[in-house]
Amino acid sequence: METIVTGILLGGTYALISIGLTLQYGVARIMNLANGETFVAACFVAFWLFTSYAVNPLWGILIIAPAAFFVNWGIYSLLLRPLVDRAKNQGMLEVDSILATFGLLFLFQGLMLRGFGGAYTSYQFLADRFDILGTFYGLNRVVAFGAACVIAAALYLFLYKTRYGTAVRAVAVNPNSAKLVGIDVAKAAALAFALGGALTACGGTLLSTFYSFNASMGVVFTMKALIIVIMGGVGDVRGAVIAALILGVAETAVARLIDPGLTLAATYALFVLVLLFRPQGIFGRQQA
Amino acid sequence: MTRLTHREIMTAIVAAVALAVAATLPLFDQGYYLSLSLNMVMYAALCTAWTLFSGPTHYVSLATAAFFGIGTYTVGLGLDHMPFPLLVLTGCAAAAILAGLVGAATLRISGVYFVIFTFGLAELIRQIVSYAQIKLTGKMGLYVFTDFTEKHVYWMLLALTGVVFLTGWLINRSRLGFAMQIIGNDETVAKHSGIDTARLKIVLFMISGAFIGMAGAILAPRYPYVEPPAAFTPMTSFLVVIMALLGGTRRLWGPLIGVIPFMLLMDFISVRFPNDTSIVMGIAFLVIVYLLPDGITGRLEQLWAYLKKPQTQPQPVTAEERA
Amino acid sequence: MTTPALSVNGARKAFGGLVAVNNVSFEVQEGELFGLIGPNGSGKTTMLNLISGALRPDAGEISLAGTRISGLPAHKIARQGIARTFQLVRMLPAMDAEHNVIAGAVFGHQRLWGEQAREAAHELLALVGLRGREHVPVAAMTYIDQKRVELARALASNPRVLLLDEWLAGLNPSELNIGIALIEKLSRQGRTIIMVEHVMDAIRSLCGRCVVMNSGRKIKEGEVEDVLSDPEVIEAYLGDDDDA
Repeated sequence: METIVTGILLGGTYALISIGLTLQYGVARIMNLANGETFVAACFVAFWLFTSYAVNPLWGILIIAPAAFFVNWGIYSLLLRPLVDRAKNQGMLEVDSILATFGLLFLFQGLMLRGFGGAYTSYQFLADRFDILGTFYGLNRVVAFGAACVIAAALYLFLYKTRYGTAVRAVAVNPNSAKLVGIDVAKAAALAFALGGALTACGGTLLSTFYSFNASMGVVFTMKALIIVIMGGVGDVRGAVIAALILGVAETAVARLIDPGLTLAATYALFVLVLLFRPQGIFGRQQA
Repeated sequence: MTRLTHREIMTAIVAAVALAVAATLPLFDQGYYLSLSLNMVMYAALCTAWTLFSGPTHYVSLATAAFFGIGTYTVGLGLDHMPFPLLVLTGCAAAAILAGLVGAATLRISGVYFVIFTFGLAELIRQIVSYAQIKLTGKMGLYVFTDFTEKHVYWMLLALTGVVFLTGWLINRSRLGFAMQIIGNDETVAKHSGIDTARLKIVLFMISGAFIGMAGAILAPRYPYVEPPAAFTPMTSFLVVIMALLGGTRRLWGPLIGVIPFMLLMDFISVRFPNDTSIVMGIAFLVIVYLLPDGITGRLEQLWAYLKKPQTQPQPVTAEERA
Repeated sequence: MTTPALSVNGARKAFGGLVAVNNVSFEVQEGELFGLIGPNGSGKTTMLNLISGALRPDAGEISLAGTRISGLPAHKIARQGIARTFQLVRMLPAMDAEHNVIAGAVFGHQRLWGEQAREAAHELLALVGLRGREHVPVAAMTYIDQKRVELARALASNPRVLLLDEWLAGLNPSELNIGIALIEKLSRQGRTIIMVEHVMDAIRSLCGRCVVMNSGRKIKEGEVEDVLSDPEVIEAYLGDDDDA
């Protein structure tokens, strides 16, 4: 039972970065391998705000998320739009965007290494104990999970109850048809990419409250987010959330019951199962 | 398609001479330059083997480190029990089997899943190998004691590079090579023309993986101690991708053009600015995507075509010119 | 009764809620020039995709000269002897005409290689009217010439059944005449051909029998003239009168 709750708390953290990535890939069609760097950068900024200015990370989100939004908007418009325009088909765009974002991954990681060094960093925030069903968990984990739920709910309202959100979902389903009904696909893609970056940054901020982080950590989170996005169905936010929770629980279970050194094996095992039996993911559409 | 052309014979002679000249290096230097050249030849073999698959299919494989590490580890594990040549073949086979499994799972679906899967593959194998080794033997890492010195490893790698090139050339002239070209042009047409695209991609991936595993096996005697993080370092995968794409994957000898300058660059950077290798790699990727989408050889060929016929469009590459 | 070259039995294909092909059955005899016609969206191309293996039928059976092919992957069906052209022409853009055609000859129903394949390709290119242009890159060719290359490529495998997916679409009147003459020549050589077509003149002058589809169902089968004068067929093409 404890495993499940811990797993769910962990999964909640994965959920935000996965939602971010699924928006970027599902709508903007960019496989953003540098997503993890946004995540880690948010950790460092939250740390800096907390230690230098005593800013509560939960309020820090109000600074970090918009900043990430603008930075990602810029990245999309300046670096990725030319690739979208130049690509003759989806396959070429995927290869180009993977390589380009790979380059950004290394670039940002290198810059962060330069700026912050390679050591693990952390800070104390709400490190008290919190009782759920008889077992104690860190209050910070629980608060982070709660905040993640609030953010996810807000995103859900945006996507399903507003016009802009519906436009974004339409582009995820079929960009060509979306264009035909008058949606500015390019703008929707940029919006989704920026929004994805903002959500990832929220995830990073929340993670930093209870997890030690370092400049090289981005890759691991990107990898997990990628697998979660595929498991949940590309472009589908509900799928990303559910898959994130499943992965969180699976990882925790393997770490406790088998061996903590095999967490990646557990992730990959899930990934292989999905690829073999349902490559479109939980909520994805069957490919013709 | 079957007779050797004049151009091909000339290329073969040039290549043989180049290999012979390169092989004489250990007679002149057994220190820094041998070490650097050994790295270059290793990456030449790795990048060319990588291009055998990722060139025609446009699937970016990041699995290089996994195959390489398996080759190294096979030799390390078996050195007390089996002769070295047999171990190299075993490592090669083990890598091929892994490639077959990965290929079967991922190559039937779109290229993105393949990239993502191979992205973490080296880490996954590393975790499994570390776990298994600690559980079974109680320790990590292996001692590799052989009579081989660097120059022997260097010669073996040169021979391997030659074999990889020969294999690539043979594939290009064969039905497999033609099929891969067709798949690279339009996979739907390939399928409707009777090509079992999934199976061929897997076969080609296994050939590529086998050579990479062989390189890893040959490299094992270089250092006396081998441990998982070093054998399976993802850097190998990334560097191979950069150098192969930088050189250009439309020609068999394209990656070679990328290896030499980039290795020199990385050598320079790791001495002067050792903390900035990531930044250099990042910039390299961006340069490749935005300025050199077909690599240096792609640009050179555009230039060549432009100089030959300034008033018309450059001609696309035909199957015969490709070898 | 001889085994039909191709028989379709109860074929069905649905995409979510949309049933594109609904319980369609017909037979094509050896050497026939068979028409598959119907208004837009009636499921004709889907039917071709089911035959060629691009899609798997949800139900029903498709057999080539008595051997079941439905459910097999496209490449196996191609090797059994089905070749096709595509509604939007699909070239191998980095190659010249010769190699585009050779591509059809190497891996399919007949497996040629080397000089044999090259000679076969040259013959076929001459047949479709591209003699002397074997080494022209297809990317530099006009649309009609690309269509001819595609036809030559389909023929290169010496198929038992040739599927033409609106091959005459987009041609101007003189090109149309040439195209119709070419298909007629192939038919006289004894080829079994299934044509999906909109150009009614072509259907009338080329096809013997045909099947009419509408909204996924087969609504009529028979000789071309009978079918085209059938009121239900006419209504399918022109639509209902608006209710006053």
